[in-house]
Amino acid sequence: MVTGQFVRKLGAASAAALALMPTLAAAQQGSAGHPEPGQIHLQPSVTPIMDSIVAFHDGILLWTISLIVLFVLALLVIVMVRFNAKANPVPARFTHNTLIEVVWTVVPIVILIVIAIPSFGVLSDQMTVPDGERKYLGANIFSFGEVEVPAASLTVKASGEQWYWNYEYVDQGVAFDSNILSEEEIAATKPGQPRLLAVNNELVVPVDTTVRLQVTASPSGVIHAFAVPSFGIKVDAVPGRLNETWFYARETGIYYGQCSELCGKDHAYMPIAVRVVSAEEFEAFITAFAESRDYASAAAVLPAL
Amino acid sequence: MANTAHLEAHATGHDHASHDHHTPTGWRRWVYSTNHKDIGIMYLVFSIIAGVIGGLLSGLMRMELQEPGIQIFHGLAAMAYGVDGDAALDAGKHMFNVFVSAHALIMVFFTVMPATMGGFANYFAPLMVGAPDTAFPRINNIAFWLLPPALLLTVLSMFFEGPAGAFGFGGGWTAYPPLATSGHPGPATDFVIFSLHVAGVSSILGAINLITTILNMRAPGMTLHKMPLFAWSVLVTAFLLLLALPVLAGAITMMLTDRNFGTSFFAPEGGGDPVLYQHLFWFFGHPEVYIMILPGFGIISHIVATFSRKPVFGYMAMAYAMVAIGFVGFVVWAHHMYTTGLSLDVQRYFVAATMVIAVPTGVKIFSWIATMWGGSITFRTPMLWAIGFIFLFTVGGVTGVVLANAGADRALHDTYYVVAHFHYVLSLGAVFSIFAGWYYWFPKMFGYMYSEFLGKLHFWIMFIGVNLIFFPQHFLGLAGMPRRYVDYPDAFALWNRVSSIGYYITFVAMIVFFYATWEAFRKKRVAGDNPWGDGATTLEWTLSSPPPFHQFSTLPKIESSNAH
Repeated sequence: MVTGQFVRKLGAASAAALALMPTLAAAQQGSAGHPEPGQIHLQPSVTPIMDSIVAFHDGILLWTISLIVLFVLALLVIVMVRFNAKANPVPARFTHNTLIEVVWTVVPIVILIVIAIPSFGVLSDQMTVPDGERKYLGANIFSFGEVEVPAASLTVKASGEQWYWNYEYVDQGVAFDSNILSEEEIAATKPGQPRLLAVNNELVVPVDTTVRLQVTASPSGVIHAFAVPSFGIKVDAVPGRLNETWFYARETGIYYGQCSELCGKDHAYMPIAVRVVSAEEFEAFITAFAESRDYASAAAVLPAL
Repeated sequence: MANTAHLEAHATGHDHASHDHHTPTGWRRWVYSTNHKDIGIMYLVFSIIAGVIGGLLSGLMRMELQEPGIQIFHGLAAMAYGVDGDAALDAGKHMFNVFVSAHALIMVFFTVMPATMGGFANYFAPLMVGAPDTAFPRINNIAFWLLPPALLLTVLSMFFEGPAGAFGFGGGWTAYPPLATSGHPGPATDFVIFSLHVAGVSSILGAINLITTILNMRAPGMTLHKMPLFAWSVLVTAFLLLLALPVLAGAITMMLTDRNFGTSFFAPEGGGDPVLYQHLFWFFGHPEVYIMILPGFGIISHIVATFSRKPVFGYMAMAYAMVAIGFVGFVVWAHHMYTTGLSLDVQRYFVAATMVIAVPTGVKIFSWIATMWGGSITFRTPMLWAIGFIFLFTVGGVTGVVLANAGADRALHDTYYVVAHFHYVLSLGAVFSIFAGWYYWFPKMFGYMYSEFLGKLHFWIMFIGVNLIFFPQHFLGLAGMPRRYVDYPDAFALWNRVSSIGYYITFVAMIVFFYATWEAFRKKRVAGDNPWGDGATTLEWTLSSPPPFHQFSTLPKIESSNAH
């Protein structure tokens, strides 16, 4: 497979390119799940999908667009220096150069094709819920898929309401509402959690598990969008539609997101908080939740935040 | 009867020189105007007034976002609606959404479009093709006079009930249902819908007039392939308007009947689909963004050629790149909808189609630079704006390539990265081209020379200001800050503050702009027919400054192969 070797080399090259961007590579070490003050890059990844988005953006897109902008800037500086009226009092009269016109048409096409190859791969991964067989790209976006992801074993339904989220563990048949906490409530119940992101009831999911996420909105409501940046997911919650995506979080912790479709007055006040816990903790939690049907008492079996 | 007499007078060999007798004066000259240049000036004045309103709205939003927490909107709501406490907070949150929506509507429909397709296109497209006026002068009049009531309807909508107990339409310029339908039961939304209908009729009439003028009234010898690039850009844009606006009109009419007459095109409980609206809206909305930028492309081509004293490089490629952009612009709409639940194959198609647009756009950027290459460039004010445009539009263009990839857009959709992207192509692209055109044609339109010092001062302050506003928004978007948020997590504070400082700098630049305009009219430095020298080759520079009330009584003959 000559092609396979070629794309593998390209993948290695893009990984090397990423390593050459020290600020960004170092920044990826920051804590995942929420933005950091002054942050200038994507949030750190904890899923194979976000791995591929970060690799695609930082390894290819950012390089390409930065170089194009610098190239255009350099050309502008050159013409301003060499061809200003003092340096070049008599203007040339040429208006055509077939070769250069072909070049600046063909070269961008080639660049776009190079972008498109990993782009389609990254997109296909996002849109395909794992069946246990299919391999995913992960950070090596020029591979044909190396990352194994197990088939989905938990289904969660998120429903956007005005203005909070309702989560349902579909197979267990239990649901709960997740509301924003005010600053006073944070101080009282969850000190240290970020303002506008902290919620009373986090969506609890197990680590190293593929979660099938169904997203909709209340039938008489408006459109919202469910997004968790560290997972690399964003899906509109449309009344009357059931959208679907998936995530596989490999690290425990709390991962925040925010409603990402204008939904009215409190659009900025319906955050998303996903708490990823160990398999044992989740088992204890979901068993307690299924029995008591009460989120608060079920969450009490989890370690304190 | 008067008309008939007038026509008969013509038919019997009425002397053309005595046209001046018919020059109306006072308010009749403007209100009854059928003169393309006077109507063009009215469009420009209208655009400036609307731009001030839209700019002030954005200023209040930037003041709000300067710090985390609610800064001013609860106070604004208390002042406007006489509520206090939590009611003021709630009213303020909605008011922010109202400002977001009104800012966009005003900037798109009442500032950028009237400046380019109303002002410059009306004034200069007929001059450039050697026509005495536009084809349908009275349609031109009604097209303009529909705009003030349309703007008034949008502004009025802010004072009528939107959601129960709150004022104004806060559903964004995209007006997605169900937020715009069941989410806003009050009449504010109907005001916005009516406003868009009226503005749309105005634009369609203007487009018909300009298409007919350009296709039928070019001077003898001016074939389409000798036509100046600004006229080309207007022709392409007018076709986009003609094809795109009826789709918007249909979409908002369906919304109107959903709201008021019991239909359920977009209501899921009645078997409708909210996403259908998004398809219709963006089938209009994406061409709309090219409507805003294409005339700017034309303006920049002339300015670059004029101040490089060198003809446009690759004229045919430049003209057909605009045609290509206009055409492809109609088949990429769903790249605004990657997160709505489109299937994988549909997303793949829209990724590929969208990336194609980068090719003709690249051709234009490189051709402008090639026009300068080998030239003898003077850095007069219009040229500074044009070079600034080329650079900033490149920045906005490449982030567009990033967003075209559905896979990457997953992280960036509906974040400030998108806000930064479209402001780089519109606020820094289209608006820079408008200012470039303003300074380029100011001496032609008004006969006076602006102050080079003030013009350049305006440019540099604004260049710094707008970059400071919008460049940090890329960082906010990458870090995940959603757009249309009245308040944000504290981690986003730094770049929001920088962005707000940028606004104040831009505000100073606008004061310099108004002062420079006032100064030019006060000092009355006579500009002469052609202040730009032998680089300015299009027909408007053969006329006096300002041009006579009616020009080209004897049609110019185009013989040079280099008319453009």
